[in-house]
Amino acid sequence: MHELSICGSIAEIVTRRANGRPVDTIHVRVGQLRQVVPDTLVYCWTVVSADTALDGSRLELENIKARIKCRTCDGLSDLGDYPIMLCGTCDSADVEVVAGEEFLITALELAEV
Amino acid sequence: MGRFHRHDDGTAHEHDHPQGHDGTPEHEHSHLGDGARHDPQHGDGAGLIGREEHLGDHSAYETGRERIEVLERIFDENDRTAAANRADLLHHGVCAVNLMSSPGAGKTTLLRETLRRLAGTVRVGVIEGDIETSLDADRLTGFGAEITLVNTGNGFGGECHLDAPMVRSALPRLPLSELDLVLIENVGNLVCPAEFDVGEHARAMIYSVTEGEEKPLKYPVMFRSSDLVVINKIDLLPHLDFDLELFRANLRKVNPTVTTIDVSARTGDGVDAWCAWLGSQLAGSRQPAASVQ
Repeated sequence: MHELSICGSIAEIVTRRANGRPVDTIHVRVGQLRQVVPDTLVYCWTVVSADTALDGSRLELENIKARIKCRTCDGLSDLGDYPIMLCGTCDSADVEVVAGEEFLITALELAEV
Repeated sequence: MGRFHRHDDGTAHEHDHPQGHDGTPEHEHSHLGDGARHDPQHGDGAGLIGREEHLGDHSAYETGRERIEVLERIFDENDRTAAANRADLLHHGVCAVNLMSSPGAGKTTLLRETLRRLAGTVRVGVIEGDIETSLDADRLTGFGAEITLVNTGNGFGGECHLDAPMVRSALPRLPLSELDLVLIENVGNLVCPAEFDVGEHARAMIYSVTEGEEKPLKYPVMFRSSDLVVINKIDLLPHLDFDLELFRANLRKVNPTVTTIDVSARTGDGVDAWCAWLGSQLAGSRQPAASVQ
């Protein structure tokens, strides 16, 4: 759904950073708590990059598991399929997300010229 | 320029960041160790992005000329624009609330009842982002509010959300210096709007009891990003199998600190409580600068 506009943002960043050099692979780090459907993002990238300088480049996604830290007992818990914001150790609701909200471009690999 | 924050314990304050509103997004630097970790659930949108990473310009080559380290947040551009929107609103003393819901949850009806009640006491502007927008806007005229539409059409059948640049384009069409409150009616959608900070001060979700109890678990990002969930259409409860307490339990699992208000926009039940919440947001956004650390 919003993957198209996200790809537009990715294209802007990549175009600026690549500065005219041909790009082969774009490494994107996606946290579990981002609502990005990987296959949709990859498909939208082919649509958005088509007939641009980035045509033929591909997205490589790195998924980051969501993790919370308890402010009561300092325990770390991984979130399961549902992001239930309760400490896995002491059941406290006073938790903070320490991983899983990432959404960034980490690196570009340039194509062989 | 200070920035209003709320914490899980209910305290609220403003404090300065060394790189305030000079164009550098405040959330781009680490908050670790400042003794005041911010609640990532609250609606300033910045919390949706992992704050713990310290990002900067790492454009130097790492492994020869083949690989370029980037480390750039994909929402940076949106978030910079959102910060500019927030600064403009603050400058005019205007509080903005982002209203999100699925289609048909009753946003527009609630908005109409809200405008009716606030007319004459709170000067309201409305940014209408729903795809059916002229229909919705027509239902809101006649209550003295300033209404502007955002064209969310993008050639793909309409955008599924409002983003900060869309709201930025709408702001000049509102007489901000003559307003107290801007209500931003987002596109009816439980997924995409949650991802985009538009420069609002608070986020409210309108949720209808016809939508079932399990939605907080299915769409946790939006429920988690909301400061308030209005549970609408409660007049229908006698006719439904909807288990209100189960819904609340599911909601608390993904957002333990969220406030809820039971409302029927149709009968008017709870609308005053909702208006009072809006009033509290208005007061909160105008906290005196004395609280700046």
